[in-house]
Amino acid sequence: MVGFILLADGVSGAQNLSIFDPASPSAESIRALFILVLAVTGAIFLLVEGVLIYSIIRFRPRAAARPAAGEGTEPPQVYGSMPIEIAWTAAPGLIVFLLALILTRAEYEVRVNPDNPPPGAKPLYVTVIGHQWWWEYVYEKYDGRQLGFITANELHIPVSEDGVPRPAYLTLLSADVCHSLWVPRLAGKTDLIPGRTNQMWFQSSEVDLYLGQCAEYCGTQHAHMLLRVNVDSVAQFQAWLDNQAKPAVDDIAVREGRDAFLSQSCINCHRVRGTRAKGTYAPDLTHLMSRQTLASGMVPNTRDELRKWVANPQQVKPGCLMPAFGLSERQVDLIISYLTTLN
Amino acid sequence: MATAIEEPALERPAWSATLHEWITTVDHKKIGIMYILVALVFLVIGGAEAMVMRFQLLWAESKAVPPDFFNQVMTMHGTTMIFFAAMPILAGVANYIVPLQIGARDMAFPRLNALGLWATLFGGVLAYFSFATGGAPAIGWFAYAPLTERAFARSAATDFWIIGLLVSGVGSLSGAVNLVTTVLTLRCPGMTLRKIPLYTWMAFWANVQILFAIPPLTASLIMLLFDRLLGAHFFDAQAGGSPYLWQHLFWFFGHPEVYILVLPAFGMVSDVIPVFSRKVIFGYEFMAVATIAIAFVSFGVWAHHMFCVGMTRPADVYFAAASLVVGIPTGIKVFNWLATVYGGHLRMAAPMLFCFGFLSMFVIGGLTGIMLAVTPMNFQLSDSYFVVGHFHWVIIGGILMGLFAGLYYWYPKITGRMYSERLARWQFWLLLIGFLLTFGPMHVSGMLGMPRRIYTYPVDRGWELWNQLSSLGAFIQAPSYLIFVWNVIISLKKGQPAGDDPWDGWTLEWATTSPPPSYNFETIPTVRSRRPLWDLKHPDDPDWKYE
Repeated sequence: MVGFILLADGVSGAQNLSIFDPASPSAESIRALFILVLAVTGAIFLLVEGVLIYSIIRFRPRAAARPAAGEGTEPPQVYGSMPIEIAWTAAPGLIVFLLALILTRAEYEVRVNPDNPPPGAKPLYVTVIGHQWWWEYVYEKYDGRQLGFITANELHIPVSEDGVPRPAYLTLLSADVCHSLWVPRLAGKTDLIPGRTNQMWFQSSEVDLYLGQCAEYCGTQHAHMLLRVNVDSVAQFQAWLDNQAKPAVDDIAVREGRDAFLSQSCINCHRVRGTRAKGTYAPDLTHLMSRQTLASGMVPNTRDELRKWVANPQQVKPGCLMPAFGLSERQVDLIISYLTTLN
Repeated sequence: MATAIEEPALERPAWSATLHEWITTVDHKKIGIMYILVALVFLVIGGAEAMVMRFQLLWAESKAVPPDFFNQVMTMHGTTMIFFAAMPILAGVANYIVPLQIGARDMAFPRLNALGLWATLFGGVLAYFSFATGGAPAIGWFAYAPLTERAFARSAATDFWIIGLLVSGVGSLSGAVNLVTTVLTLRCPGMTLRKIPLYTWMAFWANVQILFAIPPLTASLIMLLFDRLLGAHFFDAQAGGSPYLWQHLFWFFGHPEVYILVLPAFGMVSDVIPVFSRKVIFGYEFMAVATIAIAFVSFGVWAHHMFCVGMTRPADVYFAAASLVVGIPTGIKVFNWLATVYGGHLRMAAPMLFCFGFLSMFVIGGLTGIMLAVTPMNFQLSDSYFVVGHFHWVIIGGILMGLFAGLYYWYPKITGRMYSERLARWQFWLLLIGFLLTFGPMHVSGMLGMPRRIYTYPVDRGWELWNQLSSLGAFIQAPSYLIFVWNVIISLKKGQPAGDDPWDGWTLEWATTSPPPSYNFETIPTVRSRRPLWDLKHPDDPDWKYE
């Protein structure tokens, strides 16, 4: 067990999602607690397995040493011992008591009240809405300023640096079934449950891309409800915010493509701010091209992949809630020409 | 002059008469055997479903199995193993052994006993009938609302699943009422509550738990059925219902369920270890009281399955502390088993081998359970492959190892013949190695961020190696179950006659013939201690002097 865990720490895959490589205070306290608990349980493990193996070796059947069982004498019958029983009841009791105290402290470190950000902080507030099988983000407020734009699947948060904490407080809701938001290097998971409002937070001082995914089984494509959290430098984040706040690009060169898009049923589910497309059922496309991936992190956001997706999403993500519309090649081309301008 | 006398050929009853006898029987032993056979069939089905999943997960982004089919198989694997394999096999062994151990002629309500068996079987058949609707439900075995509502699970498969569980729940409940009554009222003269053999004692408490755990499940299944068929809104958030309520109701059943499964296995080990160490169990009273403690405390810890739902911090701390407390009585048991082994004359036959497998593996499952009970760690580990590794470690390394110990221990009693020791050893080592390889790497992939219940995973996550190891382990494990089934079948014909008491045992089942007659005992025995056969074999130094 312990060996496995050490291996887990040392493995270097293409991407790192190890809970032993935290980049956020709450994930860090969990790691510290984990190592402590590993030490305690490891000691118990060694003790029990040690006694077991010793007993098996010491008392194993030895033909020469005594007559075969059943023929000769039985070993001394020991019925029990009150002091010994008390000892091995009290000792685990003490361990349990100490563990309970330690976990209580960690619990209060990990789960904090979003209404009380640390002094001097510039908190970001985002409402996350889980959908089958993608994530919707409503950017509410940053550093005291209202934001109010909506994006999908890729979360951007500012890095905490120069002694200024920039925690991201997430309010978690669900539009359909239960989901769970898990980005292992940033925080433990918290569920998104219809009819409930949950909170979670993280804050990171390392600019990086953090991966995760939905951790509560939510139907056909649960496996592809992937999460990407970009911790941006403060300047990058500000630029991203400014861009997201703008309405959609309206490029005269793709007027025909825009009309094709707006005349199809795309607009019943998708939204492009500033146009007739006002659907709320599917990801907001206002700044589609500012995202690195499509289909909730499944495929890179390239022209080819986008084309495959628009032509037949079921080919890319079988069972997803966007049907294939049977568009002609030309219609797909037109729609793609429009979508690729949404930067 | 010798005369050749033609022996009258014993007339074999027609197969239809045999079938009729088994279907209509109310003999606790025949019912017990049928429970075990039903469970073994479902165990093989559930195992095949596990193989489908392990095959799909061999490669990242594998397209071997379509997502919906994977999710159906995942749902049915959990449902089958818990409700139609583990529960019936434990009910079967209890049915067979408990009346013998307490010196009774049958269960208290023989007809109710038959109802329990057939309800369990038909429940399983109904749940599998869902495949006839075009596919099994794809809701996961704990069926979190609102994924189970009509809006998301549109076919009737989920209705069949619900009704299947309701019917088998009736079976479990009637079995539990019967067993509890039997132990309370039909013990032979002299067997006070404090002299009950530990297997019977622990099976008794597991059945007391069934009495309190199954009704909440039944109630919530009926509520769900109302939602689906009658348009109620118990779990529909948009109409003011609460999906969160389902989680509480389900786990109020689901957590005690773990102990419903593990207590009888504890009991089997508690009977086998003394006989194969040739020593009385160390600290009987503490074992007995620890059992009661586990039975009670396990009803107060259910929400540790749902730490991530955003409970208040004090609630989190309470459920964590209560869950850790379960470790204390469980620890007492482990220490007492070790103390029984210590200083014994060990006999390394298959039952003891499986007991050692149980002891060494169950401890690990218990310790990863401690890790999961520590709430902040749970935020990371919950719903990851670490959890999958943990509970399979408890169920296979603990419950199943203990169960195989019990099945090999009582096989000669039930059939009158010895099993093949060679096949049993092959089974043990294949199971142990395959098991370690399957479920060890799952802990790692979980800590590397892999959530459970995903039909595939992206290539760049670094989980492929761990999944391939798991799958390899599963392919090693699979034959071990087939060897067991083969051993059970072949030894019926080829096994050596076992005699009444092949293990030099101490409890009453060894005082009658193998297999026992339908009336169990010619005369109802009278006992003076916990080991009546020890008293008989050692009249100079009987147990009752010390108890």
